[in-house]
Amino acid sequence: MSGPSDYKPSHPALQWFERRLPILSLMHSSFVAYPTPRNLNYWWTFGAILSFMLGLQILTGVILAMHFTPEAGMAFRSVELIMRDVNYGWLLRYMHASGASMFFFAVYVHMFRGLYYGSYKEPREVLWILGVIIYLLMMATGFLGYALPWGQMSFWGATVITNLFSAIPYVGDSIVTLLWGGYSVGNPTLNRFFSLHYLLPFLIAGVVVLHVWALHVAGQNNPDGLDMKTDKDSVPFTPHATIKDMFGLSVFLLLFAWIVFYTPNYLMASDNYIPANPAQTPAHIVPEWYYLPFYAMLRSIPNKLAGVLVMFSSILILVFLPWLDTARTRSCKYRPLAKQFFWIFVVVCILLGYLGSQPPEGIYVYAGRILTICYFSYLLIVLPLLSRIETPRAMPNSIADAVLQRGGKVAAAIAVLVLAGGLVIGSAQSARAEDDTPPSQTWSFAGPFGKYDRGALQRGLKIYKEVCSACHSLNYIAFRNLADPGGPGYSEAQVEALASEYKIKDGPNDQGEMFDRPGRPADYFPAPFPNEQAARAANNGGLPPDLSLIAKARSYERGFPYFIFDFFTQFQEQGPNYISAILQGFEDKPPPGVTIPDGTYYNKYFPGHAIKMPKPLSDGQVQFDDGSPATVPQYAHDVATFLMWAAEPKMEARKQLGFQVFVFLIIFAFLMYFTKKKVWAEAH
Amino acid sequence: MTIESSADHPTRRDFLFVATGAAAAVGGLASLWPFVSQMNPDAATIAAGAPIEVDLSPIAEGQDIKVFWRGKPIYIMHRTKKQIDEARAVQVADLRDPATDQSRVKEGHDQWLIVIGICTHLGCIPIAHEGNYDGFFCPCHGSQYDSSGRIRQGPAPLNLAVPPYTFASDTKIQIG
Repeated sequence: MSGPSDYKPSHPALQWFERRLPILSLMHSSFVAYPTPRNLNYWWTFGAILSFMLGLQILTGVILAMHFTPEAGMAFRSVELIMRDVNYGWLLRYMHASGASMFFFAVYVHMFRGLYYGSYKEPREVLWILGVIIYLLMMATGFLGYALPWGQMSFWGATVITNLFSAIPYVGDSIVTLLWGGYSVGNPTLNRFFSLHYLLPFLIAGVVVLHVWALHVAGQNNPDGLDMKTDKDSVPFTPHATIKDMFGLSVFLLLFAWIVFYTPNYLMASDNYIPANPAQTPAHIVPEWYYLPFYAMLRSIPNKLAGVLVMFSSILILVFLPWLDTARTRSCKYRPLAKQFFWIFVVVCILLGYLGSQPPEGIYVYAGRILTICYFSYLLIVLPLLSRIETPRAMPNSIADAVLQRGGKVAAAIAVLVLAGGLVIGSAQSARAEDDTPPSQTWSFAGPFGKYDRGALQRGLKIYKEVCSACHSLNYIAFRNLADPGGPGYSEAQVEALASEYKIKDGPNDQGEMFDRPGRPADYFPAPFPNEQAARAANNGGLPPDLSLIAKARSYERGFPYFIFDFFTQFQEQGPNYISAILQGFEDKPPPGVTIPDGTYYNKYFPGHAIKMPKPLSDGQVQFDDGSPATVPQYAHDVATFLMWAAEPKMEARKQLGFQVFVFLIIFAFLMYFTKKKVWAEAH
Repeated sequence: MTIESSADHPTRRDFLFVATGAAAAVGGLASLWPFVSQMNPDAATIAAGAPIEVDLSPIAEGQDIKVFWRGKPIYIMHRTKKQIDEARAVQVADLRDPATDQSRVKEGHDQWLIVIGICTHLGCIPIAHEGNYDGFFCPCHGSQYDSSGRIRQGPAPLNLAVPPYTFASDTKIQIG
């Protein structure tokens, strides 16, 4: 896209085609011969990474849509069945869900890179604005997609975000009704969200084409913010930039694979493994991490309309950035003051994100207000002011000269220290006395090579059958699953025998009547109660939750800095720790000074301590054939193991494939690195 | 910059480029597999395709019923003596898809014809007890099958397929 290409295909057939549609020369001039500044650093590989992620999200999304049912009563179940039954369904769904996070992570790096190196400045204003449009479309797409699994967070996220529009004076309520297609968030909302979630990525792809077009007209910015003047300043896009991008991508994929294969639920809210319930809002309603800074700004403003306006303007203000920052020097590399303020701004954004995840009370609200002011001050006051008062450093004459220089990393180190300090202060504030956090236990399935303990799974199943199943359903587990690889390890014949012990309602028969028949492996564990009302009536008004997903649907706060360590240690066992703690946390009498309502029981680890379930397990209640002790701690361990498997039946396959992918990616990244070095050896 | 390689003097750089390219190709191809494999029937569909049992006792002579197995209609036809005799009188060598009637039913249960009710032409469902051969007639493109489910006339190339089944007792079969 940089002028007419002199590219001539060699094959006559291609020449024939080229005369009629010059797409080959367009590709050649855009992605092969295209001159790219030779001083680009690795922050510039994120453009290619983002293109890859967009493609991958579209690919996995189109596939998930083949298996997803966009109907309020079936959406949640269909997502679960994708994870359990579809070949590699767990992989596709985890790739798509974590892919959204990785996409946003990459886009934030890309945006901050643009901010730091002044990539929005003349002549790249339109390029920047197109980027802001892509970002807005991404936010909308991410939000719409998050609603689709129709879990608690999906439902309440959709409710809260659509309610933002009710802040509009006079017509707000009508607009919200229009968005919902009903008087509340419901099936019509889910249907239109699905439709739009499918549409928007293709709009993004369209704007990306414009974005790349604008980039190729203006030429790439670079770490020194200098224009390319001579041939010495540039290298051809292929192979130099292509190979470098590929290396950047392979390193990025290592991070991506870590999340997909080892910590897929690290970034997901456990509440979203609870099916949507319009009658109950989750205790802490928090958006996905990539919206948190804006969410923090929304919450720190004590006025509905003002809060919504501040939140939207915090994004829209980015459109005006090219005219707010009028400094002629592009790169912060040569702007000593702007560089420091940039890093402060990065820290402000991260701290806002942290505040967005915390409950909106006490010091958090005030901190949120201060940081909101900091956010806007940077864009509205600091940048325009700096343009006038700052004296930039001397700049090299050309990109070729700049390649010989190297910049310091002091500012970055300071920023990291400030950030860590801020988070420590924040966590000290939240470190209330919490000795009712479930203790961490040792699990055979923890870590990158973890496997389920077959004995524990079989004992856990026995306990479920003999005790839990009196009140709790296990809706997503079919008898056949008990013979699946990575499960309790029963044979097909054992499963058939086990299934035939159950009576399954079937029909209607030729007389039009329902009848009971013995279970088959394809049947699911029957629920103890025919409906929710019957379950509540039999349980003192409480609803015993379905246990299929309970190990992923229950969690507890890890707090700073543990939640950062957890990412590296692959700690994913909050659910089993919680289940085990609950089963052992019953106490006959509440501690002195604590009263609990009638019909509830005191449990040390239950949030609020008043649980409607009476102590379910006592020593000696279930006997094991394998000689394991018939004690409550043993029961708790076995049931928690069994329920972890029920919630994540493909875990062993996931970790196994993950290991293979890691071995490959590490080898590939090394190869790419050395290839890149060879290719670039002559360019430097 | 141009990448020059020489077949006469393979260099370390050539090897590196080939190895990297090969790794990229292997990784790319291997990662295609999940995207293809997901199209196959999922575990629930496969489990639901387990064998079914059908009670034959309510089906009187000359009647037929249609049951479903793996989403396919299965015709269970209780043939009359006349139908069996017609099917066995045919010159097998003259048939488009030669097969004896005996090979299409279970020995000792000659009156029971059990075939997948899907026309071998383009997948429509033939109508039982219609057509010129006392068997099946496909309304879509006019294929005609005889009382053994063998193709006799029309565009279909093959006989109606016989599903895997066994007689659990004289009046009960298991399909699948």
